[in-house]
Amino acid sequence: MQRLLLLGDEAIAQGALDAGLSGIYAYPGTPSTEITEFVQHSKQAFHDNVHCTWSANEKTAMESALGMSYAGKRAMVCMKHVGLNVAADPFINSAITGANGGLMIVAADDPSMHSSQNEQDSRFFGKFAMIPILEPANQQEAYDMAYVGFDFSERFKIPVMLRLTTRLAHSRAGVVRKPVRKMNEGNFPEDLRQFVLLPAIARKRYRNLLKLQDLFDQESEISSFNKYIDGPDKSLGIIVCGLAYNYLLENYQDRIVPYPVLKIGQYPLPKKLIGKLMDECREILVLEDGYPVVEESLKGLLGRGVTIKGRLDGTVPRDGELNPNIVAVALGMEDTFGLPVPSLMVNRPPSLCSGCPHIDSFKALNEVLADLPKGRVFSDIGCYTLGALKPYEAINSCVDMGASITMAKGAADAGLIPSVAVIGDSTFTHSGMTGLLDAVNDKSHVTVFILDNGTTAMTGGQESPAFGRIESICKGLGVEEGHIHVLKPLKKYHEENVRIINEELAYPGVSVIIPRRECIVAVDKRIRDKFKTKQNA
Amino acid sequence: MKRDIILAGVGGQGILSIAAIIGYAALEQGLFLKQSEVHGMSQRGGDVQSNLRISDKGIASDLIPFGKADLIIAVEPLEALRYLPYLSHDGWVITSIRPFLNIPEYPDMEKVMEEVRKLPHYVALDADEIAKEVATAKAANIVILGAASPFLDMNYEKLEDAIRFTFRKKGDEVIAKNLEALKAGRKFADDHMNS
Ligand SMILES: Cc1ncc(C[n+]2csc(CCOP(=O)(O)OP(=O)(O)O)c2C)c(N)n1
Ligand code: SF4
Repeated sequence: MQRLLLLGDEAIAQGALDAGLSGIYAYPGTPSTEITEFVQHSKQAFHDNVHCTWSANEKTAMESALGMSYAGKRAMVCMKHVGLNVAADPFINSAITGANGGLMIVAADDPSMHSSQNEQDSRFFGKFAMIPILEPANQQEAYDMAYVGFDFSERFKIPVMLRLTTRLAHSRAGVVRKPVRKMNEGNFPEDLRQFVLLPAIARKRYRNLLKLQDLFDQESEISSFNKYIDGPDKSLGIIVCGLAYNYLLENYQDRIVPYPVLKIGQYPLPKKLIGKLMDECREILVLEDGYPVVEESLKGLLGRGVTIKGRLDGTVPRDGELNPNIVAVALGMEDTFGLPVPSLMVNRPPSLCSGCPHIDSFKALNEVLADLPKGRVFSDIGCYTLGALKPYEAINSCVDMGASITMAKGAADAGLIPSVAVIGDSTFTHSGMTGLLDAVNDKSHVTVFILDNGTTAMTGGQESPAFGRIESICKGLGVEEGHIHVLKPLKKYHEENVRIINEELAYPGVSVIIPRRECIVAVDKRIRDKFKTKQNA
Repeated sequence: MKRDIILAGVGGQGILSIAAIIGYAALEQGLFLKQSEVHGMSQRGGDVQSNLRISDKGIASDLIPFGKADLIIAVEPLEALRYLPYLSHDGWVITSIRPFLNIPEYPDMEKVMEEVRKLPHYVALDADEIAKEVATAKAANIVILGAASPFLDMNYEKLEDAIRFTFRKKGDEVIAKNLEALKAGRKFADDHMNS
């Protein structure tokens, strides 16, 4: 049997391709980016003409995937956890419309916030939408779930969520493939009103979704992803979700746990299996990466009845990702430890590359604002967020994609003038354009910097969706031509740049400043790729 | 057979290629492997590590528990020290002594080396210098791999094969240079094991 060495993300992509995927839609975001990138580099996907270009944001990605499902083909949409907030409207409503071709939503959560602004748990969203959720424990399950998830979706005409966390997304192990299935031919939904959510139809569709819940429950009871593994010691029963299963096994040499264990990989939770565990065991320990989703639902409002241990009673830390040591301590085992970290240790936070165009932009901006009280620069998410750190300390906010422009507008409305927004080119097209329209319509006194490094750098240099069209978009949204300036963020233009920024800060309306210079990592990659193609030619 | 390895360095220093070469050699020998990597924000010059686990039996956790790593392989000395809580009591640290200075408050280098010399089992080498001598500065990570090779419980020839495979598209000269780098690292380790 051939074993492929795949990241959890890649296993999902391969599983979807082997299940006859017709299109994948996504906006990059750690730790989900590698799913789409795998499809982009896959010969199989290229040969079968699988759609795989990036979308402008997670909402447009979700809607495109829904459209492909409408047309009867299998579609996948991938995002990081916070991307699901952006896609929430179509996501929740897709549960009401239901699917036609298989539809899978992959949400990659980031407990411990390795590369994110929060550690929200997408299982809440899945539950909120009332759709089935699959949660793999390892790379093989990631593959298998992507593979069979589409069948499930088509059988019940329902979108299915696949939820994983950073650790699995970015860890490699051997995966065995299943036979490659052909793509769907494509067909119309049986009822052409299925996707028309007018109140009268939506009510019917919602009742249909409610009726499906019993079937989802039954499926969870018999799913091979939910396993009851008996153990002789009934003083404790363990419910363990997804990846946490590996941390549990790691703590037993022969991989045999003395307690009864219920391994969860498919939601809604299997009530009968949980009932059995609760009947047989005196106490229950819940091990789940992310929020205490399972624990809370078992505890109920009052927490009476069987003792439930987990994140809520302090048996497991309330925040952060799990690891084998946390699980050992929760099981009452002795913790292990190597040598202490020497006291001279210092942190090494990420930083802007030397030569990064953003550095010159921040230097110019800092000089212009030097004489004003600090705290008027609203920014966004991307490499340039590192401008918040020393030595620049140039920005005062980073909340969600696009919030820089709208927060600057709100602050200007409140009288904070001048008010500055700093946003990247990719973030601008993700969620900044609509905010800029608001500012234009209100004639807000804001100066918007769109840092155009020609790429989506933070997530590894994907193409920027409006490459070469930033000025025309701003013009189209109504920013006056005379108040749109393209600057070259280089030392030798520093004085000139400072002068232009100064002038625009004084302008009592919307100005847009576009410092344009390519990300040096992107330049480097471009040159290397060129060299490669030359060599191959 | 089991080897739990922490690979450590600074984003952009190439620890993932070390992991890929060891991983290829392990798979060729029919071993099980799990390798957790860092992608995302820290790759911008922050501290990065990878947990590489190799075994002849199935592997459960993607993460190595504290106190269980057989080896820390570091391409930067401060980064070697960062992961000491993972090191088992008879584990080895293989590290370059060349600091990567991208933070203003980098500790005094002499003190860093003092801490390295306190370790019960280590090999410390200037991988950049050796790489420049026998190949090119770019091959510093392969020198480190060579220095770690006696501790991997793997046939040296298998590592050479893995290098040939990894650099197969880059031509014979690049392969030869990297094999030299591997050999030089190995020789250093053989001559300088501290216990
Ligand atoms: C809703 C949401 N989607 C995706 C991300 C991941 N993400 C953070 S920054 C970024 C790219 C930013 O690109 P750009 O604005 O061009 O700035 P650069 O990194 O190139 O400086 C992405 C995709 C996120 N944090 N939130
Ligand atoms: S990757 Fe590009 S945009 Fe990001 S810090 Fe480096 S040079 Fe700047």
